[in-house]
Amino acid sequence: MIKVALIGNPNTGKTSVFNHLTGLHQKVGNYPGITVEKKSGICTLDTGEKATVIDLPGTYSLNASSLDESVVIELLMNKNHEHYPDVAVVVSDVENLKRNLLLFTQIKDLEIPTILVINMADRMVKKGISLDVKALESSLKTKIAIVSSRKNTGIDTLKSFIKNYRNLSSTPCLNASKIDKAYFSGLQKMFPKQSLYKLWLVITQDVNFGNLERNALTHKKYLETKSISELKRLQQKETIARFQFINEILKKSYTVDKSKATDLQSKLDRILTHKYFGYAIFFGILLIIFQSIFNWSSLPMDFIDAQFGALSEWVKTTLPAGVFTNLLADGIIAGLGGIVIFIPQIAFLFLFISVLEESGYMSRVVFLMDRIMRRFGLSGKSVVPLISGTACAIPAIMATRNIESWKERLITILVTPFTTCSARLPVYAIIIALVIPNQRVLFFFNYQGLTLMFLYILGFASAIIAAYILNKTLKIKSKSYFVVEMPNYKMPLLRNVLYNVLEKTKSFVLEAGKIILAISIILWVLASYGPGKKFNNATQIISEQTVNASLSKSELDNKIAAFKLENSYIGIAGKTIEPLIRPLGYDWKIGIGLLSSFAAREVLIGTLSTIYSVGSSTDEHTLKEKMRKEVHSVSGKKVFTLASGISLLLFYAFAMQCMSTLAIVKKETNGWKWPMIQLFGMTSIAYIIAFIAFQILKTSVLKK
Amino acid sequence: MSLLSKLQQGEKAIIDTFAVEDIPLKLIEMGCIPGSLVEIVQFAPYNDPIHIDINGTHLAIRANIASKIKVKRFIND
Repeated sequence: MIKVALIGNPNTGKTSVFNHLTGLHQKVGNYPGITVEKKSGICTLDTGEKATVIDLPGTYSLNASSLDESVVIELLMNKNHEHYPDVAVVVSDVENLKRNLLLFTQIKDLEIPTILVINMADRMVKKGISLDVKALESSLKTKIAIVSSRKNTGIDTLKSFIKNYRNLSSTPCLNASKIDKAYFSGLQKMFPKQSLYKLWLVITQDVNFGNLERNALTHKKYLETKSISELKRLQQKETIARFQFINEILKKSYTVDKSKATDLQSKLDRILTHKYFGYAIFFGILLIIFQSIFNWSSLPMDFIDAQFGALSEWVKTTLPAGVFTNLLADGIIAGLGGIVIFIPQIAFLFLFISVLEESGYMSRVVFLMDRIMRRFGLSGKSVVPLISGTACAIPAIMATRNIESWKERLITILVTPFTTCSARLPVYAIIIALVIPNQRVLFFFNYQGLTLMFLYILGFASAIIAAYILNKTLKIKSKSYFVVEMPNYKMPLLRNVLYNVLEKTKSFVLEAGKIILAISIILWVLASYGPGKKFNNATQIISEQTVNASLSKSELDNKIAAFKLENSYIGIAGKTIEPLIRPLGYDWKIGIGLLSSFAAREVLIGTLSTIYSVGSSTDEHTLKEKMRKEVHSVSGKKVFTLASGISLLLFYAFAMQCMSTLAIVKKETNGWKWPMIQLFGMTSIAYIIAFIAFQILKTSVLKK
Repeated sequence: MSLLSKLQQGEKAIIDTFAVEDIPLKLIEMGCIPGSLVEIVQFAPYNDPIHIDINGTHLAIRANIASKIKVKRFIND
C-alpha cells in the first residue's frame, strides 16, 4: 500500500480533499501519548490499488508552535515512523498560493516526493486569477493537481499522481544553508551524513514538543553555539528567503486581475464586525444556538433515556438473577446510558460550531471579542472553548490549542469547567423541579426556566470573573502573540459539517465514555459490597425489623436495598463526610451522591435513585416524589427545601466534579499541578458559596 | 515612514522594517515580510485588533504588534 500524507495550511479545504479521497473509509484515533486527533483513511486508486491517506493537522509551516503542529514534523522527520509517507500531498488554496507555498518548499526540502494540490479552483475565474501550471511545475519540481473540492473536480488527476509517485522528483527547492554559511558548513562537518535542513529543524524545534528523532545529535551542544534569539533570527531569515524564492516563481506564473475581485467580503465584514451590530448579531446567534440545542435534543434524549431504562429492566427480567446480571443492568447499561444521553446535545452543538467555523464567521467572533476578553486575561480565541464548554469541557479544553499565549491559554483551560456543561443539566433539571415553584411570572417566563437561565449565566460569569482573578494573580510571563487568519466567507459544505459532527461526537463518546463507563462500574461495586455483618445480613435484619409492618414484596426489597447501600463501602463514605456537608444542608445520602459525582456530575441522578431505593430504573417521576418526601433521619425535617436545593444547585455550578476533565487538563498542561489547583480551588469556592446560600436561605422568610 | 497601527482604515502601505524580537515567526510565515503590500481592512471596536490584508492574506493582529511594524505610506491616487 502507498502511504500518503495530506499536509496543508488551515482553511485550504484539506479536509474536503481528504473526504473526497477516502469517502467514508476513515478512522479517527489519537497519536500515542498525546490527544492530537489522528485521521486516516483508505483511498482506492483507479487500478484498484489502495493507498492509506493520513490527514495531518493543519499547519502554516514546519516551525512548530503548538502540539498539533509538532505532530506533523515528528512524522515527517522520522523515517521509521509507521506513517512515514511515500508521498506527501500539500494542499493549497489558489487565492493564498504564495503563503501556502512556504510550507510546500519546506516539505520539499525534506526530500520527500511531493505533489502540490491547488484547491478552490472554482474561485479562479471570479477572482481573476490565472496560472501557468506547466511553468509552476517545472520551477517547483513537482506535479500539480488543480482541484475543486466543492465541485469535485481534479481528484482523479490527484489519484493518478499518487499512483505514479515514484516518478516524482525529490530534489529540494532551496538550499537552507545559505542563510548562515559558516554555521551550516560547521554543522555539515560534524554530521556529514545528515541532511542540513533536517538538522536545522531538529535544532530549532522547541524541546518541549515531543521526542523528535535526534539521531546522534547532542542537542545541547548546538543550542550553545547559537543563542536562542540568534536561532530565531535565523528562522526568520530562512522564512524570508523562502518567500523571496516563491515571489520569483509566482511573478512569472501567477497573475491576478484585480478588477474582477468583488468586495462582498468587506461589505459583510463591515456589518458582522460592526461595533454595535456585530455584537448584537453574535449574541443573537448564540441565543438561537442554545434555544435550538434544548428544543431539538429534548425529544431524542427522552427517547434514549426510556430505551436504556427498558433495556436495563429487560436484562434483569430475562437473565438469571445474580451478580453478573446486576453488574450488567445497573453498572454497565446504566453507565452506557449515561454517555449516550449526551449525544444529541453534543451533536447539535458541534453542528452549529462547525457551521460557524466552516463559514468563516468564527474568526470574526474572535476578532470582535478579543479586546473584551483580553481585559479578563483571555484571548478572543477563548470564545470557542467557552461556547463548546456548554456541551462538554473535554473538547472545549482541546480547542484551546490554537491560543498562542501560554498564559491566556492556561487561564482559558482553568476557567472553562465553570461553564454549564451538559452533564450538569440532568442534575439541575431534577433539583429545580423539586424546589423551585412551577409558576409563571411576567407573562411567558416561569420561575423554573428563569432559574435554569440564571445558572447558565452564572456559569459564564464565574468563568469570566475567575479569569480576571487568575490574570491578576498568576505570575506567568508570556508574550501575547495573536495572529488569526480571517478566511473568506464561504457557504459551509454540508458534507464537511456532517463529517465533523460525526467525528467529534464519536471521539467524545469514546474518550469520555471510557471513563464514565469505568466509573459506573466502580461505583456499582462500591455500592454493591460492604464490610462487616450489617451489609451481609441486610435481608435478615430488615425482615426482622419489619416483621410487624405489612409490606409488599417490592417495598421490602426496596428497604433491603436501601439498608445495604447505607452499609456499603460508598454508604460508609457518605456517612463519614456527613458532618462536613451538614452546614450546606445535605445529609449522608446526598453525600454519597456528591462523592460519586466527582467521577462525573450526571452520576448523581443514578446514585440518588439507588439511594432512595426506587430500583435502578431512573424513573424521574418516582424519584422526584421520593426525594420530595425525604426527611432527615435525626431532625425529621424535609431534606429538599428551597435552601438545601439552591445550595445544591450552586455547589454543582462551581465544583470541579469531572475526572475526565481533570485527565484532559493534566495532559494539556503536562502535569498534575493545574488539575489539582482546579479541583481544590473550584470545589472550595463551591463549598463556600453553597454554605453561604444555605445559611442565609435557611433562616429567611423564603423558607417553605 | 509610519507605523502599521497608525494607518487609516482602507489605507495601503509597504512593510519596511521591524525588530525580529518583536514579531512572532507566525506572522512572518503569513507573509508579513519587508517589501510586502499591506492594507488596513478594518479596526475592531476600540481599534484593536486590526484586520489587515498582506498580499491577499487576511489576518487579524493586535495593535501592540502592529505598532512594532514600520511601513512606508504612499500617497493614495
